[in-house]
Amino acid sequence: MHEPEITPDLIAAHGLKPDEYQRILEIIGREPTFTELGIFSAMWNEHCSYKSSKKWLRTLPTKGPQVICGPGENAGVVDIGDGQAVIFKMESHNHPSYIEPHQGAATGVGGILRDVFTMGARPIAAMNALSFGEPSHPKTSHLVKGVVEGIGAYGNAFGVPTVGGEVRFHRAYNGNCLVNAFAAGLAETDAIFYSAASGVGMPVVYLGAKTGRDGVGGATMASAEFDDTIEEKRPTVQVGDPFTEKRLLEACLELMASGAVISIQDMGAAGLTCSAVEMGDKGGLGIRLTLDNVPQREAAMTAYEMMLSESQERMLMVLKPEKEAEARAIFEKWDLDFAIVGETIPEDRFLILHGNEVKADLPLSKLSSSAPEYDRPWVETPAPAPLGEVPAIAPIAALRALIESPTYAHKAWVYEQYDCQVGADTVVTPGLPAGVVRVHGTKKALAFTSDVTPRYVKANPFEGGKQAVAEAYRNLTAVGARPLATTDNLNFGNPEKPEIMGQFVGAIKGIGAAVAALDMPIVSGNVSLYNETDGKAILPTPTIGAVGLIDDVAGVIAGRPVSGDLAVVIGSTAGHLGQSALLAEAFGIEAGDAPPVDLAVERKHGEFLRANRGLVRAATDLGDGGLALAAFEMAEGAGLGVTIDADAIPFLFGEDQARYLVAVETRDLAPLQKAAAAAGVPLALVGQFGGTVVRMGGDEAPLADLSRTYRTAFAAAVE
Amino acid sequence: MKAAVITFPGSNCDRDMAVAFERAGADVARVWHKDTALPAGVDVVAIPGGFSFGDYLRCGAIAARSPIGAAVIDHARRGGYVLGVCNGFQVLTEMGLLPGALMRNAGLKFVCKRVDLRVATTDSAYTSGYGLGEVISVPVAHHDGNYTVDAETLARLQGEDRVAFTYMDNPNGAMGDIAGVLSENRRVLGMMPHPERVVDAAHGGTDGARLFAGLIGGLALA
Repeated sequence: MHEPEITPDLIAAHGLKPDEYQRILEIIGREPTFTELGIFSAMWNEHCSYKSSKKWLRTLPTKGPQVICGPGENAGVVDIGDGQAVIFKMESHNHPSYIEPHQGAATGVGGILRDVFTMGARPIAAMNALSFGEPSHPKTSHLVKGVVEGIGAYGNAFGVPTVGGEVRFHRAYNGNCLVNAFAAGLAETDAIFYSAASGVGMPVVYLGAKTGRDGVGGATMASAEFDDTIEEKRPTVQVGDPFTEKRLLEACLELMASGAVISIQDMGAAGLTCSAVEMGDKGGLGIRLTLDNVPQREAAMTAYEMMLSESQERMLMVLKPEKEAEARAIFEKWDLDFAIVGETIPEDRFLILHGNEVKADLPLSKLSSSAPEYDRPWVETPAPAPLGEVPAIAPIAALRALIESPTYAHKAWVYEQYDCQVGADTVVTPGLPAGVVRVHGTKKALAFTSDVTPRYVKANPFEGGKQAVAEAYRNLTAVGARPLATTDNLNFGNPEKPEIMGQFVGAIKGIGAAVAALDMPIVSGNVSLYNETDGKAILPTPTIGAVGLIDDVAGVIAGRPVSGDLAVVIGSTAGHLGQSALLAEAFGIEAGDAPPVDLAVERKHGEFLRANRGLVRAATDLGDGGLALAAFEMAEGAGLGVTIDADAIPFLFGEDQARYLVAVETRDLAPLQKAAAAAGVPLALVGQFGGTVVRMGGDEAPLADLSRTYRTAFAAAVE
Repeated sequence: MKAAVITFPGSNCDRDMAVAFERAGADVARVWHKDTALPAGVDVVAIPGGFSFGDYLRCGAIAARSPIGAAVIDHARRGGYVLGVCNGFQVLTEMGLLPGALMRNAGLKFVCKRVDLRVATTDSAYTSGYGLGEVISVPVAHHDGNYTVDAETLARLQGEDRVAFTYMDNPNGAMGDIAGVLSENRRVLGMMPHPERVVDAAHGGTDGARLFAGLIGGLALA
C-alpha cells in the first residue's frame, strides 16, 4: 500500500515541531516511515509525554509510608491496612467532550476505569469534576446534557457508583469545557499488577474489543488548541461500550487470579503504540508486533491506523506462555477477543510487521526516554490589586444570588442521573462534603472528594493550589475520614505562553506545599494543557481528587442537624471577600486576592474535628459562599430553617480557610468548647437550626421559598 | 433455603443480591447464564439488576433468551419462586413470566434516588413481612422503569391484587404508579426498586430486609 510522503506539512499535521522532527532524524538516522512518524507523534505529544510539565511534576511530594506506588503507573496505589489497597487516578477528557459530549465523557469514564482495573483493582467509586461555560452560551446546555448523560450511561452500565464531583459554570469555559473523571478501586496488596514486561520471548496478547478507525490521532488532537475547524475533528472522538468494558473487567480480574499475567497495560491514548512501548520500556525489552493478528473491526486497516487507533475497551498483556489455554478460555467465556499479536524481544527495538512488511523499526527505549522535555519560560502571576469597596447587599439577597446560580444550586439534576449505590456499599451518597463507600466485607470505608476553586488559582496560583488541596482535606475530614493521598488533574491553557506557564508553576508549588503539610502525597495524575479556544484560556483548574480512610464506618459523620441543634464554626473568621463566590455571582466582580491558606492551621483544625466527631451531629467545610451558604445547605438538606446571629456580609459570606460548620446538640456544646480551648482551636457559636425560616441578623425568608429556588435553579439554567 | 442468583454478562447487582440473600440466611448459588440447568434444590431464583447484554436490542430481551432462561421459566412454571429486580424485572417481562413491559422513563433520563413505596398487598411471601399500605423507602436506579401494560391487563392485575408495590411519587411514569407486580400464582415478583440496597444500617435504611426475610420465612413454612 502506498504511504504518504513525509513533508513538512505532514510533520506539522502530526503536531511535531521542526526541531522535534530533527531529533527524530538524529535518533533513527534516516527519514521515518509514515507509520513511524505516527508513532513518534503519538509518543511525543503533550498528552503522552508531559513534555511541558514533567520538570515541575517532579517537584511534587509523592512518597509516604501509605504509598505503595506513586505516579508513573496506570494509577496510584495506597495502603489501607489489612493487606488491602485503594488504587485511584483522575484524568481529563476535555477536548473529546467538547466535540461530542456524550461519547467524550463516556469514554473518559471508561478510560479511567481501565486505568484502575488494569492494576488488578475492582472499581468501587467514581467522581466527575465538570466545568462548563456560562449557562447563556449557546453550547452550554447541549454540553451539560450530553456530558452528564454520557457519564451516567457508561458508569451506570459498567456498575460503578458515582459518589461525588463538582459542576461549575464560568464564561472562561465557553469554548472549552472540562470533564475530569476519577475512579478508585480496591485490590489486595499482594495482587497488584504493573505494566513492566519481563522475560524474553513472552507472548504479547491483545484483549478486549476489536480495533477500528475511531480515535486515530486523538491524543494529538487533545494536545492542540481549538479553533473554528473543530467540527472536522469529530472522527477523532472514540465511541464507548460499557457492556464490553464490564466484561473486560470481569475477564481481566479472572485472568489475574489465574496467575497468567506477567504485566498488563490498558490501551488508552495512542492505543497500541503507547501501551506496547510502555510495557517494553519499563521492562528494558523490545517488542515485536504482527499487526495481521490484531482483531479488526474494519476492513483494510493500515499499520498506521492500527498503531494510532484509540478504540476503547482494549488491553495489552504479557502472558506466561504455559497459561495460554487457561487465559484464552476465560476470554472466550466472556465472548471477548484474545489474540497473540507479538512477543517480547531482547534487543531495544519496536518492530511493527504488517502484511510481511516492516512498517516500523525504532529503538523502543528512545520513544519515551528521548521524548522532548521543555523548560518553558514562565512569569510569576502578578499579585492582585487589593479588593476595593464592596457594593452593599442584604444577607438574604446575597444568599439568593448564590443559590440561583447553577454553580451553587442543588445538583440533584446531575447526580440523580448517576447510579450512586450499585455495589450496595455506598454509605454517603452525593450531597454531603464527600462520598463514602464501605470496603466490602469490612468495617472500613473510603471517602472521596474532588475540589478546586479556579477563581482563586487565577488570582493567586500558589495560594489557589494550596487551597484546592486544603479544601479536599476539609471535605474528607468533614465526613470523619483521615486524608490519605491525592490525585491531581491539572487543566491549563497554552503552556507556550509564559503567563499560562506561570499559573501552572505557581499552582504546582502550592499543591506541593499543601500535600506535604497535610500528608496526602500525590500518587497519580494527569495534565491537560492547551485548553484554549481562539487564544482564550480557561481559568487555571488544577482539580484535586483525594481519598481518605474511615477505620470504622460507625464513625462516619453523615448526620443531618435536627431542630434545636446549635450552629458552630470551627476556625476563625476574618471576612475575606476577595475572589469570593458572592462577589462573582451577585456583582460579577472577580477581584482581590484569594484567601490565604495556613496549612498548619488546616491540619490542626482537621485533627480537632476528627478527634471530636462524637460531639458533632453534622459537619461541612466552609468554602465558596462561606458560612451563609454552608448553613443554608446544611439546614435545607434536613428540611429545617436556620438562624445565624449576624448580618455582616464579610462574616456571612467571607471565604476564610481552615473552617468547618458543625451542628451540635445543646448538651455537647460545653464539652466541645472545652476541647477547643484545650487544643487552642477557635470555636464560635453562630446560630441555631430549626423552624421554617432562614434568618441572618434582621433579614429573613421562608425556607420553602429559598428551597424552591435552590432546587430548581440548575434545571432552569440548563434545560 | 437455597437461592440461585443468575449472572448475565452486564449484570452488576448480582453480588449485592447474593449478599442480601445471605444476610437473610439463605444458601446462595451463583449461576452463569450459559448454564442450562439450575443447581439442585433451588427454592428461589433471583435475577439481579444491571445492564444484561448492555441493554442492547431491548432491556432484558437477550438475557431472556440465554441458555439459563429455559430453566428459569421451567422453575417458575413448576411453582418455583422467582424475584427479578430492576433489569431482572425487565428480563421477567421478556421471558413472559410477568405481563407488561418496562418502557423508557417518562422524563427520558436515568433516575437514581430514594423513593417511597406503598405496600399494595401483603398476600405474597415477598410482602408478608410488611403491613398493608405501609410506606417503605427503597432506592430506584434505572432508565427504563416505566411500567406499561394494556388497560385490560392493568385492570386484571389490580383486580387480582397482584400489584405488590406502588410509588408514592411516581419517578418514571409507570402506569398505576406500579413499582412491582406478582405473577398469577404470586410466586414471581418483578420490581424496579432495589430492596437489596436497603438491608443494612450502613445503607441508611433497612426497609428491603423484610422482603428477603419474609420470603425465606414464607418458604420455611411452606
